Amino acid sequence: MLDTLRTLFLTFRHAFYRRATVQYPEQQPYLPPRYRGRIILSRDPDGAERCVACNLCAVACPVDCISLQKVEADGRWYPQYFRINFSRCIFCGFCEEACPTYAIQLTPDFEMSEYSRPNLVYEKEDLLISGTGKYPDYSFYHVSGIPIPGKDRGASERERPPVDIHSLLP
Amino acid sequence: MTSIRIDGRDCPTRPGLNLLQACLEAGADLPYFCWHPELGSVGACRQCAIRQFSGPDDTTGRIVMACMTPASDGAIVSIADEEARAFRADVIEWMMVNHPHDCPVCEEGGECHLQDMTVMTGHNIRRYRFTKRTHRNQNLGPFVKHEMNRCIACYRCVRFYRDYAGGDDLAAFASHDNVYFGRAADGTLQNAFSGNLVEICPTGVFTDKPSSSVYTRKWDMRGAPSVCVHCAVGCNTIVNAREETLRRVLNRYNADVNRYVLCDRGRFGHGFVNATTRIRTAMRAIAGQYVPVPVADALARFADMAVEGPVVGIASPRAALETCFGLHTLVGPQHFCTGLTQHEQACAELAHTLLRGHPGPVPTVHDMESADAALVLGEDVCTTAPRLGLALRQSVRQASFHAADAAKVPRWMDAAVRTLGSECPTGLYVLTPAPTDLDDVAARPHRGAPDDIARLGFAIAHLIDPSAPAVAALGDEDTRLAEHIAATLMAAQKPVIVSGMQYGAPALMHAAASIAAALARRGQVAGLSLVMPECNSMGLAMLGGLPLEAVLERARNGDIATLIIVENDLTRHLSAAMVAELVACVPNIVVVDHTLTPLCQHAELVLPAAAFSECSGTLVSHEGRAQRFFQAVFPAAPIQAGWRWMQELARNTAQSHPAGLTTWRNLDDVITALARAFPALAAITDAAPHADYRLDGQKLRSQTYRASGRTVIRSYISVHDQPPPASPDTPFSSSMEGAYTPDMPAPLVPGYQVSPWNSVQALNRFQNEIGGEMRGGKSGVRLFTGGGGRDTPDAPHPYSTDIPPPSAPSEGSVLVLPETRLFGSEELSMLSPPVAARADAPTLRVPAGPGLPTHMTLHLEDGPHVLPVAPMVGLPTGIVLCPAHMVARAFHFPCRARLDMADGAGGGS
Repeated sequence: MLDTLRTLFLTFRHAFYRRATVQYPEQQPYLPPRYRGRIILSRDPDGAERCVACNLCAVACPVDCISLQKVEADGRWYPQYFRINFSRCIFCGFCEEACPTYAIQLTPDFEMSEYSRPNLVYEKEDLLISGTGKYPDYSFYHVSGIPIPGKDRGASERERPPVDIHSLLP
Repeated sequence: MTSIRIDGRDCPTRPGLNLLQACLEAGADLPYFCWHPELGSVGACRQCAIRQFSGPDDTTGRIVMACMTPASDGAIVSIADEEARAFRADVIEWMMVNHPHDCPVCEEGGECHLQDMTVMTGHNIRRYRFTKRTHRNQNLGPFVKHEMNRCIACYRCVRFYRDYAGGDDLAAFASHDNVYFGRAADGTLQNAFSGNLVEICPTGVFTDKPSSSVYTRKWDMRGAPSVCVHCAVGCNTIVNAREETLRRVLNRYNADVNRYVLCDRGRFGHGFVNATTRIRTAMRAIAGQYVPVPVADALARFADMAVEGPVVGIASPRAALETCFGLHTLVGPQHFCTGLTQHEQACAELAHTLLRGHPGPVPTVHDMESADAALVLGEDVCTTAPRLGLALRQSVRQASFHAADAAKVPRWMDAAVRTLGSECPTGLYVLTPAPTDLDDVAARPHRGAPDDIARLGFAIAHLIDPSAPAVAALGDEDTRLAEHIAATLMAAQKPVIVSGMQYGAPALMHAAASIAAALARRGQVAGLSLVMPECNSMGLAMLGGLPLEAVLERARNGDIATLIIVENDLTRHLSAAMVAELVACVPNIVVVDHTLTPLCQHAELVLPAAAFSECSGTLVSHEGRAQRFFQAVFPAAPIQAGWRWMQELARNTAQSHPAGLTTWRNLDDVITALARAFPALAAITDAAPHADYRLDGQKLRSQTYRASGRTVIRSYISVHDQPPPASPDTPFSSSMEGAYTPDMPAPLVPGYQVSPWNSVQALNRFQNEIGGEMRGGKSGVRLFTGGGGRDTPDAPHPYSTDIPPPSAPSEGSVLVLPETRLFGSEELSMLSPPVAARADAPTLRVPAGPGLPTHMTLHLEDGPHVLPVAPMVGLPTGIVLCPAHMVARAFHFPCRARLDMADGAGGGS
């Protein structure tokens, strides 16, 4: 008898607690920037695509839901297509971890439900955003030795100008 | 037995090795860069440092470079030694000081020896914080991409290119830290083996340019063991595919054939598979227009054709044996044509007969590398069989090896042996009508007309064995040369005679066979090798059939209602007039081919056949080696293997066929039937394990264990999973599921990767001995190895007595010989864009002399051709060279033709 009353009392007491339930979607919860939600492809500070089609995200993906094909223009590598099947994605973030150029990033957006599965196949134009995402300063081509338009050979960070191979001077 | 102790573990080894080889053979992971099994040691990179102890009591030992230290019996070494490990870590850290931060955009990434070695050494944090050296790159042509920043200066590239392959346009420039590997100026690498730099370079300085344009990482590509289809040598390759397109061709080690090296035609000639000239649907000519039709309609049309009268089949030397046999079964032996002209077929059958009847061995390509005397008789092997030419180039090193043995210098001590060898005489003789790429290492290049060279050959045979017929009226100079060559050949331990069909001169092959037989009668191990033009020329010669002329004769008589032409462009064999006549006389023509050839415009039905990467089959190389190639690409229907089309056609004819044709289920059924029908070819069943072969109860996987994108790659078509394509003809699963070990049968190795070796250098894990046999045994099977000729005192070897008369210059005409080109003469490789880019415009090669015009007119049988003139030093007078198949598509040689000044005003020259 006493136990029953106690249970009733405890349950009743909860009516005065602060509510944990969020009135989603009218009320949006706070998600930290490192939350692992929808995957995007970012651009470098110059506005060019960061993805260099190195395939490391694809190989890191445990469910094999990323596929891309490399093409080349002006010395830069790009993905010709970049496809993520979000109906398979488990949002583990391994792709982001594997990415050597900070191109692929997971965002705090998780609102991606669809009525039909094919709509969850995202192509490059669905993935590419116009900003730098979480890493505002990094530009792969400014640290790698590959020349691109506007940056000649030997002009990357911590590089000497090209060697004059006709000189034997030390 | 020799044994060494590595880190306390006793490992059996062989005498004559260096410690690096011994450690690798023992399965130890020891990093190295500059050593290469085919190039030997120079001790340039200092990466393979280990500690060697002088005896069991020595606890101090000393650091040595493993590649430069002989593995003496009982040697005690330590790889794990702390100081040696630190030494190696320091060395690689120095190498990485200037290495650019570009692995993500490097084609080598994922199969990079430098990556593997860096990981193996444990160097993972860059401490160097200062500036990096940079280099400007060069455009090295359509095959090889250059990125000098990545260089670690191991010198492998120039050692391969200059010392091994004989090239002279790649060199080391600049000094110290700045050393640069490239050409003196931008330009295409000229050597026929430049593509091997891709595999030789331990990092990404030289990468595969055509593959880069359709780039995929190594782990993402399906692999299948294959055989090169661009010449008759039968080099083993690995074809890599992704998304059902062929991405690249790599070398596959075969200890007896190509070993570590592939020529550029073989490596880059595969582009025809993805070219726009591919036939991908069944097509039917309706009112002069080609329209894609459903296969059922095409076959229904064929059924109508088949009732009209006799069906004749024309096979091809570039089609697989199974396809040819399928056609043979479909039309019957009396209606089966080889697709060769009378003359070509006679030459091919002669080559087969001579090799079979040769009392000595028929050498493998690898055997030729160890020949101490070699005679090339009227064949430019550097263009008709490039890999064989490279083997002959290595044969000139035998003298330096003997000198090294005498001086007690190990053969792998590369720099020392090459220095010793610079004074050694060479035993290579090249007797050809035109200069060849081997001339720079040949003892005495000799030029002459094919008939004169054949006479010289017969004279050599007579000098070696007086019972061979003598040559009448041989000049003094020729006699002296013959005596010299005969003496060299007789003094040799292992002479090799090479000839072939390039100039269409049976006398040359007879002469070569006579020399080899004469040497064999003296008890010498004399090899005879005859080069053939196409990848399955030998297989087709062994099948036999009617020549094209016989088919034409029947067509004229109206005895052919339907002609089935399989993977053969007749316009390359028959002149335009003959093709026109054949087409006019035959009411129905069906072409089954993978490529839209000029012949297709005459066909009523065109059916799409699978190219070498899309089906499995067997090819017989010029040395009689039957080798199987396997499917790597699974093309969209209706593309299917040639023999499956033959089945489809058989099902649509009313007449009955020999039991089997329509009931073959897979390739093994075809091969079994083929072996029954042609006992000489019965051994091809053993060329590779059958489709029911299982390793540990599993199929073999053709994808790597980490192929990516399975659930997404075709999701733009459908998000639902599809089963991987079935592969009934092979023991491979088309997916990543299945067995894969370094012990798998050698004909079934789909790629090399054994952790932690991800680059092609992982090959050392697949070999019993470095540079020796594969752990999985031999790849392919020899159908004949020579020694077939009976040569007893009462029945001596029958020498050919058909000695041609000396060639006489005739007034008003010149002898036109085909100039076979590495890039340009072979049919399929010319459809590959990078190879087409390397092919030069056709020119007329005439003997160098004063006052030559810029253009001349050559009157061939199909009419006059105005050609730019390119003088050639060394070409005998009265001979001109015309690029084979590039001027007149079909070119019957040898022929005499009139040569005029281009304007027609000048007289014959």
